[in-house]
Amino acid sequence: MLGLRKKDAGLLLLVTVLTVMAPVLLNPFPVDSAMAQFNAGYPDLMQRFVIFGIFAIGFNILFGLTGYLSFGHAAFLGVGSYATIWMMKLLTLNILPGIFMAIVFAALFAVMVGYISLRRSGIYFSILTLAFAQMSYALAYSVLTPITGGETGLQIKPTDTPLLANLEPGEIGRASLFGLEMSQSSIIRMGGWEFTLNVGYYVCAMAMILAFYMAIRIFRSPFGMMLRAVKSNQNRMYYTGLNARPYTLAAFVISGMYAGLAGGLMVAMDTQVGPERMFWTASGEVVLMTILGGAGTLIGPVLGAGMIKYMENIVSKINDQILHTWFAFLPDGLEDAVVAMIYPFVGKGWHLTLGLMFMAVVIFLPGGLLEGGDRIRNAFRRKRTGKEDTAKQRTPAE
Amino acid sequence: MDQVIVQILNGLDKGSAYALIALGLTLIFGTLGVVNFAHGALFMIGAFCAVTLQRILTLSSVTEDPTRTDFLGNPMKIETPYVESWFGEAIGAGIIDWSVPLAIFFAIPIMMLVGYLMEHGLIRHFYKRPHADQILVTFGLAIVLQEIVKYFYGANPIQTPAPDAFTGSFDFGVLLGFDPLTIMYPYWRLVYFAFAALVIGAVFAFLQFTTFGMVVRAGMADRETVGLLGIDIDKRFTLMFALAACVAGVAGVMYAPIVAPNYHMGMDFLVLSFVVVVVGGMGSLPGAVFAGFLLGILESFASMPFMVDAIPGINQIIIYLVAIIILLTRPRGLMGRKGVMEE
Amino acid sequence: MGILEVKDVNKRFGGLQALGDVNLSVKENTVHAIIGPNGAGKSTLLNCLVGKLMPDTGSVMFAGQSVLGRKPYEINQMGISRVFQTPEIFGDLTVMENMMIPLLAKRDGSFRMHAYESVEDEKDLRGEAETMLTEVKLLDKQDMLGSSMSRGDKRRLEMAMCLIQRPKLLLLDEPTAGMARADTNNTIDLLKEIKEKRDITMCIIEHDMHVVFSLADRITVLAQGTPLVEDTPENIKGHPKVKEAYLGEAA
Repeated sequence: MLGLRKKDAGLLLLVTVLTVMAPVLLNPFPVDSAMAQFNAGYPDLMQRFVIFGIFAIGFNILFGLTGYLSFGHAAFLGVGSYATIWMMKLLTLNILPGIFMAIVFAALFAVMVGYISLRRSGIYFSILTLAFAQMSYALAYSVLTPITGGETGLQIKPTDTPLLANLEPGEIGRASLFGLEMSQSSIIRMGGWEFTLNVGYYVCAMAMILAFYMAIRIFRSPFGMMLRAVKSNQNRMYYTGLNARPYTLAAFVISGMYAGLAGGLMVAMDTQVGPERMFWTASGEVVLMTILGGAGTLIGPVLGAGMIKYMENIVSKINDQILHTWFAFLPDGLEDAVVAMIYPFVGKGWHLTLGLMFMAVVIFLPGGLLEGGDRIRNAFRRKRTGKEDTAKQRTPAE
Repeated sequence: MDQVIVQILNGLDKGSAYALIALGLTLIFGTLGVVNFAHGALFMIGAFCAVTLQRILTLSSVTEDPTRTDFLGNPMKIETPYVESWFGEAIGAGIIDWSVPLAIFFAIPIMMLVGYLMEHGLIRHFYKRPHADQILVTFGLAIVLQEIVKYFYGANPIQTPAPDAFTGSFDFGVLLGFDPLTIMYPYWRLVYFAFAALVIGAVFAFLQFTTFGMVVRAGMADRETVGLLGIDIDKRFTLMFALAACVAGVAGVMYAPIVAPNYHMGMDFLVLSFVVVVVGGMGSLPGAVFAGFLLGILESFASMPFMVDAIPGINQIIIYLVAIIILLTRPRGLMGRKGVMEE
Repeated sequence: MGILEVKDVNKRFGGLQALGDVNLSVKENTVHAIIGPNGAGKSTLLNCLVGKLMPDTGSVMFAGQSVLGRKPYEINQMGISRVFQTPEIFGDLTVMENMMIPLLAKRDGSFRMHAYESVEDEKDLRGEAETMLTEVKLLDKQDMLGSSMSRGDKRRLEMAMCLIQRPKLLLLDEPTAGMARADTNNTIDLLKEIKEKRDITMCIIEHDMHVVFSLADRITVLAQGTPLVEDTPENIKGHPKVKEAYLGEAA
């Protein structure tokens, strides 16, 4: 199907089904139930899931395949965001031209940064990309204020009159796709459940499915194989008649374009942007997502992105009162003790959980949580089928 | 001329902090071959040692004074720090006033312990892993450490004043024959610079004149050979890590009065310290110190009004710009050894 | 005129004259061995041939074109392949992928942005790779990861990767260094087979005289950066100058 292997086609289908059904799947609890706060099926958050999924898929094309660890990818996200908002301020409220320009500008910027940074590898490459991103952030924050809006950033204001939009004087423009507004939603109520189908989310979801499909193609292409060769042995590559530099640059630019697309979509969903989007911690976040999920795997980065955004938005809201209600069934003293033990890891402390999880993954599961899942599955399978399978395991498959 | 001196002075204290952190970073890299992204967190922990000691010293007993009432009409509560009740009011207040410098002695054992635990529990297992893995795991550790600090101390900066004797500014200009009040320099920053110079001097002397230092230097040059000579280099490297943690820690302690400690100060300094290390040359101790002061001073020069007028934003990006230029033209850094991480 | 012509090549490292006036001519379809004691400049010479080092003076011509100043991948594209002292393969890739990469490099040049095609669809290349793998007896291991193979297998894979590009000149840098006798003999047999079956020129740098004398058509003896003699193996054996170079004045 679509020029994919059976296994990959299955994966794509799975991702498609999951993203399309997400508004339902992420809202498993009735609205009135105590568990409703764990529902993640509201448009804002779902949009973030897929947008950061795109960002991480792109980052993984660079890091997962070539092993070049960029600590400055948020810069491309920021550039994409600024490009889109300007298109929407000046030309049209239709998001497509804006997103197109986001990709173009991110690509141009990535060519520049990549051309210079890729002259070095290893930690120097990381520091160079970090330096470039921090420079962009500092400039966006200060000197480039006429373009970036400085500290306050840019929003669509009542005074903005895009060329191709017929706005009433004073009307604030809203992002749309050929007249279909991003903020439009239809709410489906079924019994105690409530599902929100949001236009913006489905636009993002389409973009992510497409981005995911492209990533599969790249992974399975000769180009993708060359990128893995870069990671494996550059010396051999050079003596095999291949120039590694343009390959890495191409990977860098492609992943920059993915970041640009993500940045553009962010603005399309929420028409504002500020320089903090380019700060190096934002670059660090995508590193966390990719590695947590599984660098070099297809679906890992998407899972990682989803997990971190879920923690950031849902786990972070658990406060001590909620914990107390959960553990109310325990005797008082024990209840307090349990709550005191859990509390540092949830709510405002979710970063701590994230950090610990991340460390555990780097230490024990270099293949990310996906590898963890594989190991558990293998362990179960071995238990079921007995010893025959262990013999098979010894010959490495792939 | 006076402007130039002002800028050099302004660059010194920041440069001192950069140099101290970078010194530890490059010490760890040179000896253990580990890229430690958690080094900024050690600086931050040091700063919070100062905060902690201050809190311990100001622990108070509460007594009620029935003769006076507060604004709600209740009897006035009077807090008397235990230190004051034990040592008498004058000495007690003095001790509290000097809590930041005293915190150095408090911080050294703590940092030693933290460094030891970090090396033994985590870093040791990453000697043979690729640099990318080291960066990632220490990055994760940095997040964990700063979240722990945030949990106990909250997210807001905590003012930690310097001793009264060092508040206020020193009129440097008069000393050099300029008009009074042209070159003012806060006393504490002067103290910080002197302290940094002392620590740097001590580290160099330690490496230069002790047998331990000699072995470590030899290990930096060629780890395997030193190992073959029958010297247990690993044990010394653990100590080296603890020492580097100490340097970062005391740098943090003394920096607390300059910038009120907050949980993410380590990350803020880390990025710049890495740039400093790279500019100075990975694994080069003099390079780290030199580049630290150089970049600190360059940064304050770039913030001079006429510089900012000439090239807008130069003050924001100068350090990164220098780093990029150095990395592209001289990858081993200003004082790096040839062949070290030049790839 | 040989296929590889080295003329008056000099290379200094600081005060050390690593190569002094090296002249060398490798005839097409022969096996030319370069031998010499440690520090004779063998590796320096090889590095000058593949673009890793730039000689201070002199010229290196391959098939009528200069290789000097070219990057290693350009030199490979001209038709020179190199086998390393320790096998250099792609450890994270499967044996089949290891073979596909040189094939793609041969077909598409040093860079091509084929990001949308699929490796699976390269049926022709795959067939070619299978033939080559059969020849080096690695076909049954085609799905193994490069890094999980034995050293002997890695060596065979590396040679297969070089040969599949049908190079005009194959440079071998001590191909049997650190090998057990049995592995060495296998390698010799493999190289002999290659020599018989293909039109290929080989240039071998080697320490092991057994290997040299069982393979080489001509031998150049290098000592202190200069060629002492160049002759057939029969004449080299027992040549007084060679003995002198290896054993010192006493001999």
